[in-house]
Amino acid sequence: MSNKLVGQSIRRREDFRFLRGEGRYVDDIHRAGVLHAAFVRSPHAHAIVKNVNADAALAAPGVVGVFTGADLEKDNYGSIPCGWIITQRNGEPHHAAPHYPMTRDKARYVGDQVAVVVAETLEQARDAAELVEVDYEALEAVIDMTKAMEAAQIHDEAPNNLCYDWEIGDQAQVEAAFAKAHHVAKLDLVNNRLVPNPMEPRAALAEYDKGTDSYTLWSTSQNPHMLRWMLSGNVTDIPETKLRIIAPDVGGGFGVKIYCYVEETVCLWATKQVGRPVRWTSDRSESFLADAHARDHLTRVEMAMDEEGRFLGLKVDTTANLGAYLSNYATSIPTYFYATLLAGPYATPAIYCNVRALYTNTAPVDAYRGAGRPEAAYLLERIADKAALDLGIDPVEIRRRNFIQPDQFPYDTPVALTYDIGDYEASLDKALTMIDYTGFPARKEEARARGKLRGIGLSSYIEACGVAPSSLISRFGAGAGLWESAEVRFNATGTVTVLTGTHAHGQGHETTFGQLVADALGVPYDDVEIVHGDTSQTPMGMGTYGSRSMAVGGSAIVKACDKVIEKGKKIAAHMLEASVDDIAFDDGTFSVAGTDRSKTMAEIALAAYVPVDFPDGLEPGLDENAFYDPLNFTYPAGTHICEVEIDPDTGVTEIVEWVAVDDFGTVINPLIVEGQIHGGLAQGVGQAMLENGLYDLESGQLVTGSFMDYCMPRADNLPSFKVGYTNTPCTHNPLGVKGCGEAGAIAAPPTLISAIANALGVDHIEMPATSEKVWRMARSAAAAE
Amino acid sequence: MPEVTMTVNGQEASGDVEGRTLLVQFLREHLRLTGTHVGCDTSQCGACVVHVNGQSVKSCTMLAVQADGSAVTTIEGLASGNELHPMQAAFHENHALQCGFCTPGMVMSAVDLLQKNSSPSETEIREWLEGNLCRCTGYKNIVKAIQHAAAGDAA
Ligand code: FES
Ligand code: FES
Repeated sequence: MSNKLVGQSIRRREDFRFLRGEGRYVDDIHRAGVLHAAFVRSPHAHAIVKNVNADAALAAPGVVGVFTGADLEKDNYGSIPCGWIITQRNGEPHHAAPHYPMTRDKARYVGDQVAVVVAETLEQARDAAELVEVDYEALEAVIDMTKAMEAAQIHDEAPNNLCYDWEIGDQAQVEAAFAKAHHVAKLDLVNNRLVPNPMEPRAALAEYDKGTDSYTLWSTSQNPHMLRWMLSGNVTDIPETKLRIIAPDVGGGFGVKIYCYVEETVCLWATKQVGRPVRWTSDRSESFLADAHARDHLTRVEMAMDEEGRFLGLKVDTTANLGAYLSNYATSIPTYFYATLLAGPYATPAIYCNVRALYTNTAPVDAYRGAGRPEAAYLLERIADKAALDLGIDPVEIRRRNFIQPDQFPYDTPVALTYDIGDYEASLDKALTMIDYTGFPARKEEARARGKLRGIGLSSYIEACGVAPSSLISRFGAGAGLWESAEVRFNATGTVTVLTGTHAHGQGHETTFGQLVADALGVPYDDVEIVHGDTSQTPMGMGTYGSRSMAVGGSAIVKACDKVIEKGKKIAAHMLEASVDDIAFDDGTFSVAGTDRSKTMAEIALAAYVPVDFPDGLEPGLDENAFYDPLNFTYPAGTHICEVEIDPDTGVTEIVEWVAVDDFGTVINPLIVEGQIHGGLAQGVGQAMLENGLYDLESGQLVTGSFMDYCMPRADNLPSFKVGYTNTPCTHNPLGVKGCGEAGAIAAPPTLISAIANALGVDHIEMPATSEKVWRMARSAAAAE
Repeated sequence: MPEVTMTVNGQEASGDVEGRTLLVQFLREHLRLTGTHVGCDTSQCGACVVHVNGQSVKSCTMLAVQADGSAVTTIEGLASGNELHPMQAAFHENHALQCGFCTPGMVMSAVDLLQKNSSPSETEIREWLEGNLCRCTGYKNIVKAIQHAAAGDAA
């Protein structure tokens, strides 16, 4: 076909409503008679809730009700589930502690939901929430991961606050590699806690319809069907048939909107209780306290090498913080989305990793952009740099020596994955050229003359995306499959409605899926409408995260389009009085091979709905659905290089150059992909030098609980990123795509830390490399000279 | 409860508000102009930026009563009919938005920047945007959009 849209930078069709202020986010939706919920949250990190006295609150103006977890318990509301069972080293499942929608016994972190006030106005609900008297008996706050195993018990179900002690890899093989090593490089690393902070705070609006005994829940969700599944299957008695979840326009997710939360569960319960719609919209302070946080690992990493710097064995020991309760996928992040990536792009023959995951009195921790994979890439790239320094080898050279070579694919890693394809040196070489690597010493000298410390750093990452092959992850302990669905429905007039189980909250699916379908079916792009985010409209689907929408959701759409074409061929064969085998389809036209007889897609669609003389066995309609379960993960990879200049007098780090060369396989819309890279990089730069979720070790108060204390990346913190691509198309999905959403957040932290350490002439600097930290290191480096 | 009257997007709007009602609440809840967003409670994200008497203002930082008698323009009032304002067009052309949540505030803020400085440098743009947070785009395309709008080549 001549004018293929795939591969073109089509401007986004969804832009118009957002640019005009006509987007519809949950908080923009109005329902008559709506009431407002305000939560009473624990000011203590760890405390027994002895009594809740709501008398004064109930007497306050506008208050309709004050409720606690006990009220939900009476209606059989159960624990919010964690759906991924981790089998520990000793063969036992992880220690699962319940997470009830509003606590029934103790507060376990600052912000834990203790009661809810429902009132006529938000102001009245908030005023009354202040009047709820809670009698707490404070307990020791368990904040410091290094001491958590000896500290006060948070859950009866988890002795020593241990959720699991898990391992992967062959320990004996690794020990043998270490025994024969020429050198072992070592580092202790902190992967700092992050607060994801999509710009739209979480929100919920629940409405119960008595006549049909059914509920509608508008939710800021990345995966409405999964939310419904959890609410119906685990938390409530409401069957899926009586629960509709709508995730309308959602203002960014990055993982934090994947989960089933207490607040929306409480709104769902409350709407029936009070007989009116109930809404809650988080304010930013609540987001900081009660959204799922991310990362928060302490790791010791050791790499054994031969004289030439070839990696022989990798040993990793990680302590991971899961927070006070298990969020839905919390257990899988520091295990199967982390340690399975420890080969990285390197042919390290032996790898062993032990992870202890702990409960602490902090907000629950779960997936956030990259989820486990940034933690893996960070430690690998930091140890690769350290190895290079220890052996006096150029950091580029040590990577080259260890890369898996193109002829080694498919490549079985020692940690459970099989990479299908890649060419890591191609990305590295392109990045080196783009940044003019060999010109760096001159730039460094020139900067020195201006009193600046210039540094260069790189990282070569790999990630596992397109989550996820159901059979593989079920062996890892997942309680659900991660296939995706699509329905391609021709309307009688020839327009196409495409229903997808994925959900867009910034990714631009209405555009990219439209490109795909227009190409596949040969119909005008403007005639294709993408529908997502409503459990009563779209087929069951698994939502959007893990760079899966195009690789898995797009593949499902392709499959459904193929079925439509097959069906169209049957209709065309009938109309053209030919055999089905003789019908060819190309660019929206069905034709009889070797003749000029043909029918357009629109004619076929019309005939499908006006089947005047269809023969037996040919069904009316042109509407097909498909489920696609990926055969493997996809493995995007690439090299990022950046250059920084540090002012040694202030510690201020300026990022002066950034080149990102990524292999995402086939790119559907370069403009949108580039936007995804920029956004991921901004978040990764944020982690590396600005952001830090910090709790007071004694009191358990969140010290960085607002945008005044938690430093979000701003426009003037970031450079103009330069983006390039290489392409080894994914071998196992029909589009050859790999996914691009998380790459930036994975590559950026090790790249930037590498450059800052290089500028300072030190082995390592801990994240976030704030100006103060950099200034101190610059001073001690200067003093040492 | 005090009554406020203001001109919003060229039309007179009035309502009874509490003394503590913020301008953004008045716009969103009383007038149902939900294009103006709320992204924080510490006056830092800029999702709520509107123009009051032609100047960009964080509408979460101003009481509705303070805006009494003013002329307010929100994102809904920026385009003329079906035609996007050049800044909106530049955001579209340069893919300067993803989830769209920060976008109304960004656009309103950027329009005011060009009123004050018709050809800002990249550094000036980045510094001006200090009060507008975007979690999606990494800002590069926002900066580019503003540069394009300034140069008058939005499309
Ligand atoms: S809502 Fe964040 S600055 Fe106004
Ligand atoms: S586009 Fe999502 S916050 Fe800016």
